[in-house]
Amino acid sequence: MMKRKWIVLVMLFVVPAMLFTVSCAKKQVSTEPSVDEIAVAEEAARQAELEKQKELERQQQLEEERLAAERAVQLQAEAVEREKMMAMNRFLNESVYFDFDEATLDDMAQELLRQKAMWLQDNPDAGAIIEGHCDERGTNAYNLALGERRAESVKTFLMDLGVSDARMTTISYGEEKPVDMGQYEESWAKNRRAAFVLE
Amino acid sequence: MIRHQILCVLFFMFIIGGPLPTFAASYNFIDISNPFLRKTPVAVPLFQADDDDPTAKKAALETKERISAFLEFSGYFTLSDPDAFLEDPSTMAISGSGIHFRNWTAIGSELLITGNVVVLGETAEYELRLFDTIKQKLLVGKRYRSTTDSYRQVARRFSGEVVFAVTGSRGFFDSRIAFVSNGSGSKELYLCDFDGGNISRFTHHNSISLFPAWSSDGRWIAYTTYADTHPRIRIQHIREKRFALIDKPGLQAVPAWVPGRFELAASLSFSGDQEIYLLTGNGKIIKRLTNTVGIDVEPTWSPDGKRFAFVSKRSGNPQIYVYDIDSGRVQRLTFEGRYNTQPSWSPKGDRVAFSSMENGVLDIFTIDPDGGEPVQLTQKQGSNEAPTWAPDGSLIAFSSTREGKSRIYMMTAYGTDQRRLLSMSGEQTNPKWSPNVLN
Repeated sequence: MMKRKWIVLVMLFVVPAMLFTVSCAKKQVSTEPSVDEIAVAEEAARQAELEKQKELERQQQLEEERLAAERAVQLQAEAVEREKMMAMNRFLNESVYFDFDEATLDDMAQELLRQKAMWLQDNPDAGAIIEGHCDERGTNAYNLALGERRAESVKTFLMDLGVSDARMTTISYGEEKPVDMGQYEESWAKNRRAAFVLE
Repeated sequence: MIRHQILCVLFFMFIIGGPLPTFAASYNFIDISNPFLRKTPVAVPLFQADDDDPTAKKAALETKERISAFLEFSGYFTLSDPDAFLEDPSTMAISGSGIHFRNWTAIGSELLITGNVVVLGETAEYELRLFDTIKQKLLVGKRYRSTTDSYRQVARRFSGEVVFAVTGSRGFFDSRIAFVSNGSGSKELYLCDFDGGNISRFTHHNSISLFPAWSSDGRWIAYTTYADTHPRIRIQHIREKRFALIDKPGLQAVPAWVPGRFELAASLSFSGDQEIYLLTGNGKIIKRLTNTVGIDVEPTWSPDGKRFAFVSKRSGNPQIYVYDIDSGRVQRLTFEGRYNTQPSWSPKGDRVAFSSMENGVLDIFTIDPDGGEPVQLTQKQGSNEAPTWAPDGSLIAFSSTREGKSRIYMMTAYGTDQRRLLSMSGEQTNPKWSPNVLN
């Protein structure tokens, strides 16, 4: 009895399976395209591929253009930054010089201070410390007083050019901080100065 | 250290025998115009002490050595050569009629100092006498009781008595000197005794500190320092960690104490222009003194506190002016040269010392504060500057580059006896002599 049941079961599965296989094979044959159809499809795919490549190239070019533009902007920004740095360095490194025992500003000093005033106007957030210095000749208490006068006369000149009083402080170092230790007029002349430092 | 100071204060002093010595005026040893040209020869034989007591022997020797050095330092005296002595210091009589004055006048000594030291446990008794060998008379007799190792103080005290007896001046043996040295790598203030001994560092700002000024009681030093970035005046107690500042922006330069008062003058620039102000010892402004546009700096007071000299550029270059407190009048004092600064009013009141620059070289001069011809004291031995007077007005300390680096030197008020005060590393500038202060 059991054996029959098994046979029936097997038949139930195997026979429809065989039927299905036969029908499938038939269908495949019926959907196979003609030669013309294949050529058209391939051409379309090729065209699509070409289109895609063109698009890619176009995009690449766009990207390059964008990068170039960015670089140009960056370069320009860097140039501006460099110019700013140079302007700041000039502001900080170029001192105003004085004659012996003098705190008055000659033409050269005034010209330099006009540039400094412009820089201060271009950099409204900057605050400046004006240091007054003297050469080693003379006595140190008097030189301390003279250095103060030098720094103050620079500050007053800049105020007259429109720089706000609040942005500038003065300090005198007298003869205590020479930039040139030499004992010749050339060295002394370098030491008789008003120097600028950022606050 | 504290115990030591207390002991010093507890000196016992007695007048030995006889009436009080009459004062200098009656002893006409000193040439009034320049006492330093004719120095008084003084013999200082070794003081006596018990041969079996090494402590007493040492104290006797040290005290004698120091008195000799101090008297020579004062500029008034020259020491008689011990090799020429006709008397044996260890056996000669040291007091009364036993002294053979002719044996001292024979070798040229016009003054004789004798002494002996007796040690009793912790304390030593120093008995010291000054004789006029020509008039054969005791001028000073003193007995000091102190510790066995305080011969420096004993010598200072007795030397002061000797100078007072001979010159009528209180001397400077209780004074000190403040100065600036950069030996540590930055400009710091240092203190030393009047003779350059006992050097100690006063500031530790690792910055720039300048222009020390002693208060009249010697307990405070006001000075300018960049310790707080900007040049500010700091009024610092000599021993305690107490100080005061001046609460004003701008330059604060070169303080000068008013004699006898806890007040000082200094230039401040907070108004936008440098002016000299009178301040309390705590740094509070009392009033403005000068009122002229431009540099006004370096005040120095007359001993009565009624006038001060200062430097101003009001005539176009730095010259010294005198301000009269009562009238508010200002008079120009210096007219020669184009760069006269660093005035320093003598504590005797009769002269103002200052430095004058010619061809880039500074020299020291003195002038009558009421005007007159300046007298030149240094002669281009390097640059000579920053004169400061001993409290009795007899000596001037100054800085000089005569040996290359700037160092502190001494000379008499007449420019004689120029010598270096001390040796230390770095350069020394801005000396300032203190008043006489017992310590």
